[in-house]
Formats: sequence, C-alpha cells, structure tokens
Amino acid sequence: MAEAAIDIENLTKDYPYGFLQLKKKRSLEGLTMQVQTGEVFGFLGPNGAGKSTTIKLLMRLIFPTAGSARILGKPISDIAMHRNIGYLPEQPYFYDYLTAEEVLDYFARFHDFSAEERRARVSGMLKKVGLESAGQIQLRKYSKGMLQRVGLAQAILHDPEVVVLDEPMSGLDPVGRREVRDIILELKKQGKTVLFSTHILSDAEMLCDRVGVIVGGKLQGIGAPSEMVGLKAHGMEILFELSGVGESVRAVIAQATRTGDRYRLHVEESDLYAAIEQLHASGARILSVTQVKPSLEEYFMHLVAADRAQAAAVEVSGK
Amino acid sequence: MKRAGIVALNTFREAVRDRVLYNLVFFALVMMIAAILVGQISIDIEDEVMVSLGLSAISIIGLLIAVFIGVGLVSKEIDKRTLYALLAKPLRRWEFLAGKFAGLVLTLTVNTAAMAAGLFLALYYVKHSLQRTDAVVLVAVYFILLKLALVVALAMLFSCFTSPLLAILFTGGLYVAGLFVHEMRGVGSALISPGLAAILRGISYLLPNFENFDVMGAAAHGRSVAGALIAQNTAYAALYSLIVLSVAAAIFSQRNLK
Repeated sequence: MAEAAIDIENLTKDYPYGFLQLKKKRSLEGLTMQVQTGEVFGFLGPNGAGKSTTIKLLMRLIFPTAGSARILGKPISDIAMHRNIGYLPEQPYFYDYLTAEEVLDYFARFHDFSAEERRARVSGMLKKVGLESAGQIQLRKYSKGMLQRVGLAQAILHDPEVVVLDEPMSGLDPVGRREVRDIILELKKQGKTVLFSTHILSDAEMLCDRVGVIVGGKLQGIGAPSEMVGLKAHGMEILFELSGVGESVRAVIAQATRTGDRYRLHVEESDLYAAIEQLHASGARILSVTQVKPSLEEYFMHLVAADRAQAAAVEVSGK
Repeated sequence: MKRAGIVALNTFREAVRDRVLYNLVFFALVMMIAAILVGQISIDIEDEVMVSLGLSAISIIGLLIAVFIGVGLVSKEIDKRTLYALLAKPLRRWEFLAGKFAGLVLTLTVNTAAMAAGLFLALYYVKHSLQRTDAVVLVAVYFILLKLALVVALAMLFSCFTSPLLAILFTGGLYVAGLFVHEMRGVGSALISPGLAAILRGISYLLPNFENFDVMGAAAHGRSVAGALIAQNTAYAALYSLIVLSVAAAIFSQRNLK
C-alpha cells in the first residue's frame, strides 16, 4: 500500500491556562488518522472541535503535547518538506501595506523561483482566484472574501503536493465558494492531496473522498461521506400538490406538512412506493422525491450530546 | 540566510510604507530651527551645541523607533496572524527573527544616515565649513547605530515571550539600567553590604553596557575617539546582539502560536 500523504499518530494537544498556567485544557486527544495520496479529505466538526488545532500542529504553528505526524513520509519538523505543502490559515490576514501581487511575489521568493517564473506564477494565480484586476491594490482595501482568495492563491502558488486548507469557504459569497470548490476539484484532478476543514457538511459531501468527524478534540468517525454513521439518509420526502382533497388521501395529508399549495410528506424508504401510488391514485401531482439526511446541526448536536454524556459519565464514575 | 534576507527586505519595505521615515521631516525641522537659533545666541560654541543637539535627536528618535517597532516586529505578526502563512513556507523561525532584526536595523541605518547628513548640513550652515575633526561626529553616529541594534535585539527578545506593553517596559528599563553600569560597579561597600555590592557588580556585567556607546561629549568638542574603542564597541554590540537573538530564537522556536 502506498505511503499516506499525511500520517497522524496519537496527536494530543493540551493548552495550559490560569494565572500560573498550571491547569490544562485538552484540545486534541490521541488523534490517529491518515490521508492517502491524491485524496480530498474533509475534516468536519463544530467550532472548537479541534480542527484548526490539528492543522496548526501539522504546520508546526503549535507543538504537540504527545504524538507525531508525518507529511509525505517526512516528520513535520523537516523544513525542506514545507516546499511541498500549501497552507491556507483560517481567516487569513496578510501584510496590508502590500498589494496582492507583492504579497504573492514575497511568498514565491521562499521557493527559489526566478524573477520571470515568479511573475508568471503570480499572474496566473491571480487569474485563477479571480483577482486579476485587483492585483495592484493594497490588501488593506480588500474585503474578507478577497483576502480568502489571496490566501488560497499563496497556498497553491508553488504547486505543492499536499494542500491544507483551514475553512477555505469561510467568508466567501456563493460565487467565491463555487470557485474554491472548483479549485479543490482541479487539485484533485492533478493528483494533489487536499485536507480541508469545514463545518459545512454539503461542502464535504460534494468534494471529499473521505471525511473525518471530530468533536470535543476526539475523532468520532472516519470514512466516505455516504458511509458515515449518522450521515445516512433517514427516510424520504415527497413534495406534492393536490387539486382536491379526496377521502382516500385524507389520512396521508394528515401526516404531511403544508406550505402554501404544496405538501411535504416524510416516509420511510420501504414505504416510499406505496405512498407514491396512493398519492398518484388520489390525483396528487408529485413534484419531487428526495432523501432526507440529518442537517449538520442535528448531526453535530447528536455527537456533542453523546460526547457530553460520556464526559458526565466519566465524571460520575470518577467521583 | 537567503530566506532571512527576503524577510529583511520586506520588513524594510513595511517600515517605509508605514511612513516610519517621516520622522526625518521632524528631525529636519529641529535642525533648521536649532541652526537659526544657535546662530543668533551662541558665542563660539555654535558647533558644540549643534552636534550635541543633533546627536541627541538622532539617538532619541532612533531609540523610539527601535523600541516601539522592535517590539511590534514579532508581536504584530502574531496578533494579525500574518505569520501563519509565512511559517508554512520553507522558513525556519530563527531565520524569520534574523530577517526581522536585519530589516529594522537596515531601516534604522537609512534613517540614521539621513539624519547624520542633515546634521552635517546644519553644521555647515552654522560654521560655513567642515573640518577633519568633525569626522568624530560620524563615529558618534556609528555608535548610536550600534546601540540601536542592541536595543532592537532586546525588544525582540522580550516580545517573544511577553505582551507588547511589558516588552516596551522591559526594554526601556534595561536601556536605562544599561546607562548606569559603571555606577553600579562603583557602588562601594561603604554604602551597601559587601554581598549586595558583589551581586550588583555581577548584574552590571550581565546588563548591556550602553555607557560605552556615548561619545557625544568627545564629538561635540572635536576630540578623537580611539580606534580600539570603535573595534571594542563593534564587537560588543555584535556579540551581545547575537546572544540576545539566539535566546530569542530559542524561545520563539518553542512558542505556540494560538
């Protein structure tokens, strides 16, 4: 089996706090996972779950209390390995006295490109992230979304093998989000490995080969989005209209939710065809049938509640 | 070191764009006013007054830049999180620190050189000529620059492990203490206990000795400065800065950037 692009082993991070910094809060607990080469991996979790902590540990912005990690087979402390990594920090901020062109040129210099190559890469990257016409404007005049695009540009400017993006869709409008999604898919086509964190489930479902879900600093599950326990569809929803309400359909309508002229009926997958036939026979016009999946909030609330219940159980048994 | 050089040039660019060099306008105004006033009120001591005033202004302005910008070199990058993307590049933390240090020292060099040129212009205006003995003013300016480099190193060290406000206080405190190292060594056991005097003497050797960089009196009176002192001060500033920056790098290399 090929070596994993990112190999994390028992990574743990405690943050000291209090006046004397003697108390410790565990942000990440024994994280072990791999991201395979060429894979788009989504790191999911609510705010404060440990996603950014993991990414910062990988980027050596913070140091682990225990555990280790390797990227492209090399320990993360190996500075040469950083030539092959691209990183977009969460809510990136760059030198506001520089223009986008200058900041990208500055970052490109660390990769030993010639002046000509730097110019070509910077110009190409600005075009790719939709900032072609804003390249000579100082970053202090940029919006949050534009800064996010600059951040993405600097992360992939040097054509890295592994791209780590911390909340890449944050602060972007729908057009920007679409563009970022396209860039991630393009990176995948090029065979790059992409690890990105998000708390937006639809982004992960759309882009990821696999996702890891982290809550309370602990990895709760890992796998293909469709295989994830808790992310599976739990029923079907039929959207329909009725011209008249006959006796035969009255029982069905009683279970449906009405919005204007339309009704939404939630049924189990096994009862779907029976319900459709019944509606059809009653003269209902079926507009759509969709799978019902838990919302991100439902899913996370479920995991958070389980995590809290476990913590409470540990506390009680400790007493 | 190439990567430190990239950081240094960007730090210089930041200082220029943040209008740090605008202080030169203030300095020029001080020099012009002083030259006009000195010409009217001084009797045969015009050049002494001009040199003392000019060197003091160069020193004070430089110190303000060294302390306030020196402290912000690291802390601002952490607060604004501009450092995050940078440290993901093939750049070691000590290279970042060395680059920041070199960038501000370059800024201070340009700034000090411009102020020194202004001082010589003012001297020429007052005396209508420049003598060979005026070259000692250049030595005094050089010593100010060495002193400023040392202050930048100290400011960076403190900013690596404490808040900007405390770093300013610590750097300022250490600078003031460093102006009195000879006095600390001279405190006899008649005034304090022998043990305390020994401790004070020991501390005085650890503190940065800023007294040795002050040749303002010699410069004002046109007295020459020994070549040995120039070599000694150069070596002292270089070595002390290197030690301070090494400690700063050791601390910063272990620091968690939240």
